[in-house]
Amino acid sequence: MEGIYFDNNATTRVDEKVVEAMLPYFTEQFGNPSSMHSFGNKVGLAIKKARMQVQELLGAEHDSEIIFTSCGTESDSTAILSALKAQPDRKEIITTTVEHPAVLTLCTWLEKDGYKVHYLPVDNKGRLDLDEYKKLLSDQTAVVSVMWANNETGTFFPVVEMAEMANAAGAMFHTDAVQAVGKVPLNLKDTKIDMLSVSGHKLHAPKGIGVLYLKRGVRFRPLLRGGHQERGRRAGTENTTSIVGLGKAAEMAMEAMHHENTEVKRLRDKLEAGILAKVPRSFVTGNPDDRLPNTCNIAFEFIEGEAILLLLNKFGIAASSGSACTSGSLEPSHVMRAMGIPYTAAHGTVRFSLSRYSTEAEVDRVIAVVPEIIAQLRKLSPYWEGEGPKEEAFAPTYA
Amino acid sequence: MWDYSEKVKEHFFQPRNAGVLEDANGVGDVGSISCGDALRLMLKVEPETDIILDAHFQTFGCGSAIASSSALTEMVKGKTLDEALKVSNQDIADYLDGLPPEKMHCSVMGREALQAAVANYRGEVWSDDHEEGALICKCFAIDAVMIEDTIRANDLVSVEDVTNYTKAGGGCSSCHEGIEEILVKVMAERGESFKPGTPSKEEAAPAGMTNLQRIKKIEAVLESVRPQLKRDGGDIELLDVDGKTIYVSMTGACAGCQMEALTLQGIQQKLMEELKEFIKIVPTKAGALSRASCNP
Ligand SMILES: Cc1ncc(COP(=O)(O)O)c(C=O)c1O
Ligand code: FES
Repeated sequence: MEGIYFDNNATTRVDEKVVEAMLPYFTEQFGNPSSMHSFGNKVGLAIKKARMQVQELLGAEHDSEIIFTSCGTESDSTAILSALKAQPDRKEIITTTVEHPAVLTLCTWLEKDGYKVHYLPVDNKGRLDLDEYKKLLSDQTAVVSVMWANNETGTFFPVVEMAEMANAAGAMFHTDAVQAVGKVPLNLKDTKIDMLSVSGHKLHAPKGIGVLYLKRGVRFRPLLRGGHQERGRRAGTENTTSIVGLGKAAEMAMEAMHHENTEVKRLRDKLEAGILAKVPRSFVTGNPDDRLPNTCNIAFEFIEGEAILLLLNKFGIAASSGSACTSGSLEPSHVMRAMGIPYTAAHGTVRFSLSRYSTEAEVDRVIAVVPEIIAQLRKLSPYWEGEGPKEEAFAPTYA
Repeated sequence: MWDYSEKVKEHFFQPRNAGVLEDANGVGDVGSISCGDALRLMLKVEPETDIILDAHFQTFGCGSAIASSSALTEMVKGKTLDEALKVSNQDIADYLDGLPPEKMHCSVMGREALQAAVANYRGEVWSDDHEEGALICKCFAIDAVMIEDTIRANDLVSVEDVTNYTKAGGGCSSCHEGIEEILVKVMAERGESFKPGTPSKEEAAPAGMTNLQRIKKIEAVLESVRPQLKRDGGDIELLDVDGKTIYVSMTGACAGCQMEALTLQGIQQKLMEELKEFIKIVPTKAGALSRASCNP
């Protein structure tokens, strides 16, 4: 596939070495790990190895704290529902307004079942107010679910600190770390984080494999009940090939961690500075001082994101947008709205997310192409005139 | 990625009549910045004849919004105002060889801009008739107020009814849960309880047609368009009828060609007229309708 892929927060390319590691488990090593013969035995061993590779990436104390699931979304649902089931007398959930739909949609659905959900707001840089969080914590809080890094802006939340506060209040703490795992070093054994979600396809493993980290001793109620796989905590015959793939990907992510936080970060910074310098009325969303090394989200005022993506695509450049139109919804990204980004900019946000495969030449090319595209669309915009916004503001009916 | 027709792409990449029209005498500004669409339509009308001599647009919006605006300006040029006002949003979509269902609101905006520009030229005040309620069906931009009112006015009992009367739920179907909740609420007001699986009003009291009769009617309609398709080297076959959804396969020169979507829309219209009910025609080759998902 030709082209420049700057949409690694959406999904990543499976590394060749990961594919290589997986292949034998489709054919020669096809056994069911639960079986009582040597076909199954070897596969069981491969899963054990993968579990330890993931344990190392997460900095978990025990390999038994790693539960393989089918995706990040399943891990999120399992964690939150388990916490509610395990503590039936606690009826409140604390989360944020900028979570991924994997958490938000579940929470709004739980509200209908009588749970009280507190959605912590963020400021204009996407930061939480910890004093307010502290006030919300009580003996009614069953679980706190706060993402490690936001998928749209890359902004970090202080989850380690927040987990300690939850722990002090006797509440369970879950974090959706789907975007953070593999990009930033983790050391879960030194934290009070009870549960953490991982998704394989964000770190060069296949789609359809995830992990739920469950700290030893944390009370748990399975979502899928049936066989005794994953120590009875997640029934269903293991997705052996993908588990092996995720193990390998975890190992490779460990090796690339330094590169990710130096070289990838340098390229991201160059891309961002290059675009901002050449495009008037554009700005970075989220917190530029505390975010994922690979992500930058830029708002281009007075134009719409899907139109930008279509033109980028014509140049072979893949990125994504928080505009309403790309998702078929009529509202722009809830993350941009939560930060109070005005509609005229929220619809024009574009996320560029790099990976260890990104190159300097690609960055240079994108810096060269973007300003042209933005100028071309602004020429069509009723909000724009010449070099800036119209003097007499455009104010349509039904605004 | 959306599955846009070639015509939509062409009008997006090379928009016609974009930019300010200096001596415009009818200007319509419509849109909704929260929805990410806004459009200024500028008309130059000849006062003696009411003929639109020129039309330009400026649009803040997605690919299909820009393409719809471009198409609209091409369509109204040379028409009198009264003729132009007959252009419906379906006409705009047809002109572009169809829009994905979730994008139909882009053509609606074009139509509104036209009404607003004509009103502006005539010195009238134009006000849109949008209801302001929580958006339930994103595919067709239909809000809770509209759905509630329609359920009340027509004593509707099923999601299918709501789709037939308002279109809500007729696209990706992710709003069915939301529609059901409104049904539960409104039906409770009139002392009924919502029962899932209740046959829709139309099915319960059809225009005296059995399913077999319906299928025969559908076949007759297809038969009537067949000669035309064959002339173009194609054909159509009825595969299945599942309630309001009619599955067909297009073969020969028609399959996958640009005209397919257009042809199907024409046939769907014809079927609706014959059957006197809302139906949806679905070609079985996947990919004709793209599906929306959240931002990953
Ligand atoms: C923050 C976050 N959580 C959850 C998910 C969902 O992961 P999955 O696609 O594996 O279900 C994603 C990715 O789309 C994500 O970015
Ligand atoms: S949202 Fe209603 S049909 Fe898609």
